[in-house]
Amino acid sequence: MMNFLDFLANLFGGIFGNKKPIKLGFYGPPNTGKTTLANRICKDWTGEELGKVSKIPHETREVQAKEKVEIKFNNKKAIFKIIDTPGIATKIDYEDFLRYGLSVKEAKKRAREATKGVIEAIKWLDDMDAVIVVLDSTKNPYTQVNITIIGNLVARKIPVLIAANKIDLKGANVKKIEAAFPEFKVVGLSAKEGHNLEEFYASLFELIRKKKK
Amino acid sequence: MVKITLQFIPYGEIAHLSSYQRVKKILELVSENKILLIQGKLDPEEEADLIQETMKQISKKSKFKGIELASIVPKSKNLSFLQALKENIARALVGSDRDVFTIIGPATIVREIRKDPTKLELLLRK
Repeated sequence: MMNFLDFLANLFGGIFGNKKPIKLGFYGPPNTGKTTLANRICKDWTGEELGKVSKIPHETREVQAKEKVEIKFNNKKAIFKIIDTPGIATKIDYEDFLRYGLSVKEAKKRAREATKGVIEAIKWLDDMDAVIVVLDSTKNPYTQVNITIIGNLVARKIPVLIAANKIDLKGANVKKIEAAFPEFKVVGLSAKEGHNLEEFYASLFELIRKKKK
Repeated sequence: MVKITLQFIPYGEIAHLSSYQRVKKILELVSENKILLIQGKLDPEEEADLIQETMKQISKKSKFKGIELASIVPKSKNLSFLQALKENIARALVGSDRDVFTIIGPATIVREIRKDPTKLELLLRK
């Protein structure tokens, strides 16, 4: 429910043309490219990236945000707060990090921080105006984590766009993601290579038309 | 020889519990290295609570690595994601969500649950 301060901010923001940014969250399991996509958007429109990326899962262990990212596309303009969240998982084993060359101490620290990151990401769900669910198009989409994330967004009436990332990789299958979630718009893209971002931005502006008032 | 306990939890055993109690009971049993076959399904918010509590347990217990879970909807239903979600919420409200099953196991035993629309496979650790 909108509180009084939000009401005033919206009222005066509207009057003076300083509308509140749309809080756009990036959610998904670990290592699907959420930060890479958030970085691509922030770099395109502000010249600065948002966070560090890595091949080691759970690189993003705290919610990180970029304020006032103005995106202009096809004569449309909107200001976003880009919110990148830690990957949501049902299990975290420090031993999984050892094969990436981390020491036991580093791996345990990473695991401990990652558990907190998952909790934080879930807490932030309530704050989002719209969400991009970033999935790896080379992986099976029928996982409980994907279903739980999307189910929670639907339950909160938060508009969802699915970014089927990593289409540049062999084995990418966007159609499988479309088949798994037929009620949602799915855009196949490569955040790393910058493929199909035109369709992504067009879909993003469609998405924010549905956002909660 | 490796012994694995599969515990069936009928709907009536958890239906009367609050969300918090349900999540707590599930995690207690999974922490005892049991694979649970639950009649019914958690709603999305309960699933999110279960994930959050799981993360807290991983931080507290060094031998607990988390969970694997999946829900099975009878094939004859063949509902779309949104239809299934709406039906689950509606049926949870009237307390008749009994023909859906949920499998939850400790990640130290269940490496992966592979799910697609027609089958479900449990991959166990050696």
